Amino acid sequence: MSDLAQMPAVLPGVASRSLFQLAAMRFRRNRAAMAGSVVLVLVALFSFLGPLFISHAYDQVFPSYVSVPPSLEPRPGADSLEGAISSAAARARVTLQAFDVEGQTFTATFTSDAAIDPRTTRYIDRANEFDDTKVTETRDDGRTIVVEGRVSREYFLFGTDSNGRDLVARVMLGGQISLAVGLLASLVSLGIGVLYGATSGYLGGRVDNVMMRFVEILYSLPFVFLVVVLVVFFGRSFILIFLVIGAVEWLDMARIVRGQTLALKRREFVAAAQALGLTDWQIIRRHVVPNTIGPVVVFVTVVVPKVILLESFLSFLGLGVQAPLTSWGALISEGANNIQSAPWLLIFPAVFFVLTLFSLNFVGDGLRDALDPRDR
Amino acid sequence: MLSFVLRRLASAVPTLFIVVTISFFLMRFAPGGPFNLERPLSPQTMANINKAYGLDLPLWQQYLRYLGNVVRGDFGPSYIYRDNTVDQLIGMGLPYSIELGLWALGVALVGGVAAGTFAALRQNSFLDVAIMSLSTVGVTVPNFVIGPVLTLVFAVMLSWLPAGGWGDGSLRFLILPMIALALPQLAVFARLTRGAMIEALHTDHIRTARAYGLPARTVVVTHAMRAAMLPVVSYLAPCAAALLTGSAVIETLFTIPGVGRFFVLGAINRDYTLVMGTVVLIAVFVIVFNLVVDILYGLLDPRVRHE
Repeated sequence: MSDLAQMPAVLPGVASRSLFQLAAMRFRRNRAAMAGSVVLVLVALFSFLGPLFISHAYDQVFPSYVSVPPSLEPRPGADSLEGAISSAAARARVTLQAFDVEGQTFTATFTSDAAIDPRTTRYIDRANEFDDTKVTETRDDGRTIVVEGRVSREYFLFGTDSNGRDLVARVMLGGQISLAVGLLASLVSLGIGVLYGATSGYLGGRVDNVMMRFVEILYSLPFVFLVVVLVVFFGRSFILIFLVIGAVEWLDMARIVRGQTLALKRREFVAAAQALGLTDWQIIRRHVVPNTIGPVVVFVTVVVPKVILLESFLSFLGLGVQAPLTSWGALISEGANNIQSAPWLLIFPAVFFVLTLFSLNFVGDGLRDALDPRDR
Repeated sequence: MLSFVLRRLASAVPTLFIVVTISFFLMRFAPGGPFNLERPLSPQTMANINKAYGLDLPLWQQYLRYLGNVVRGDFGPSYIYRDNTVDQLIGMGLPYSIELGLWALGVALVGGVAAGTFAALRQNSFLDVAIMSLSTVGVTVPNFVIGPVLTLVFAVMLSWLPAGGWGDGSLRFLILPMIALALPQLAVFARLTRGAMIEALHTDHIRTARAYGLPARTVVVTHAMRAAMLPVVSYLAPCAAALLTGSAVIETLFTIPGVGRFFVLGAINRDYTLVMGTVVLIAVFVIVFNLVVDILYGLLDPRVRHE
């Protein structure tokens, strides 16, 4: 007893911590989960803010750059530019002495036996690669001229697809759609599952029996196939896809919430609410559902990767969002079809997709360890 | 035991009924169909087609007819492959799918249980960490990523194996699709086995068996394995479902003419009867597998039978 009396309630110098702070501390100590969060933030920033920093739109077609491999060098490369300028020189009947490309401009020196007409620059402008060619210097009585002009060069860091669209922009768009579907469909499944589970658990008795029996039957259905059937029959719109996926993934959520509700409805505050004459619906909405949030939040992190996977599965089969829109699953499928000629079409979307799935799994595990006291 | 089996059988019937009903009504309420072509057919042709396929009857009659046909195992004519009935198409595809699926199931089960047992016996060793890290990869990465990556490495870059097709059905053609199909399931089996094995090795009866001086092999294989198999067996049914789903992807990817490929082709071409036929078939597979697993579970764990 005396020991207890001497123990200060709060150690001096250490502020007391709330449950949330404790959970946050546990989460921060989990290295895999923290790394996962960072990667997720980076992928999300890349997908949603990336398009602001690149000059190509996701549906912009570059007919002269179809299926070009990824490269850090701008296109066209120095070799092909040199080829282009020498053939232009040959057409203009002048000799190319020097050629240099710096950023978006080029300089070239031509010589000839006779004085060169300044209008020769038109021969150079006529090539696709060069524009705005001007004579900057004339030497040797006009037999040597130095010209300068603009080169239009494009960067394709991830290469282009078989339609000549920039893969960076495609991967960004795919990320936007995959992540958006993941979040929205999880919210749909959250809504259905929480409502269904809370109603079933709170009403109890025969209603509960019937409702849970229904869930059990649904569990044994081959759901992925029904999703495909739904998508086939009702078209392939973006909204339908996340509604359908959400409508499939709510079963586990309903079970978890029902379990929570069964425990909650015996608590005093629910009895108090009943004594005050609130209707069942009011009690479910105001008193039951808000108290089930903890485990539900943890479970959502499990649902999100599942949903992203399902959406990619649909897109992979060609039943997801339709071109020119795209998602990671559709891009991976395109890459798989062009694997012999253009492996980068597979590699880049697959890397982003796998990174995201890993991160989501690690974050989900970390959140569960941090928030769920049963596992400790 | 018999009444247990019968009870499980009886509960499978309504599930199947629901699958058939849901897919039938989804199909009928869907806007458009396989005959909505870009160039509209004349009303007379349309009426003839509707009559030929029984689409002019009232909905409830169509439903009863379809139900009756399905019970007799007749899924009707395919809308797109005009020369074949759905039954014929399924009959053509099924042998390929079953062979691929059985191989994958065998590889996943044997490989997963072996890897999980090794990891459990050498807990926290390098081998354990390696197996578990690999299985995290297997669990996270879906097979529609594993498949193309395997093709890229082994078929395109190394050209050791063919990139697709069935060829003469020899093992060379089977290896890549089989691995791509089995790997995610193998990873799950490894994790389940490892967890259950570690738990089983710490139980009293294992300690007793060890105290009797039984050889380590007997202790692990005969005594610990039986307890460790319970979660593995209970995962068999979801695994079968996942293999079937995966089959649709893998068969498309490796151009194997199985049922999964017909399902995908039917889905893309809106061949309603073909899609429904394959869905019902897959539902039957899943339900039968659930049933088998339940019975196996009853055999392995006597407590289940007396519930």
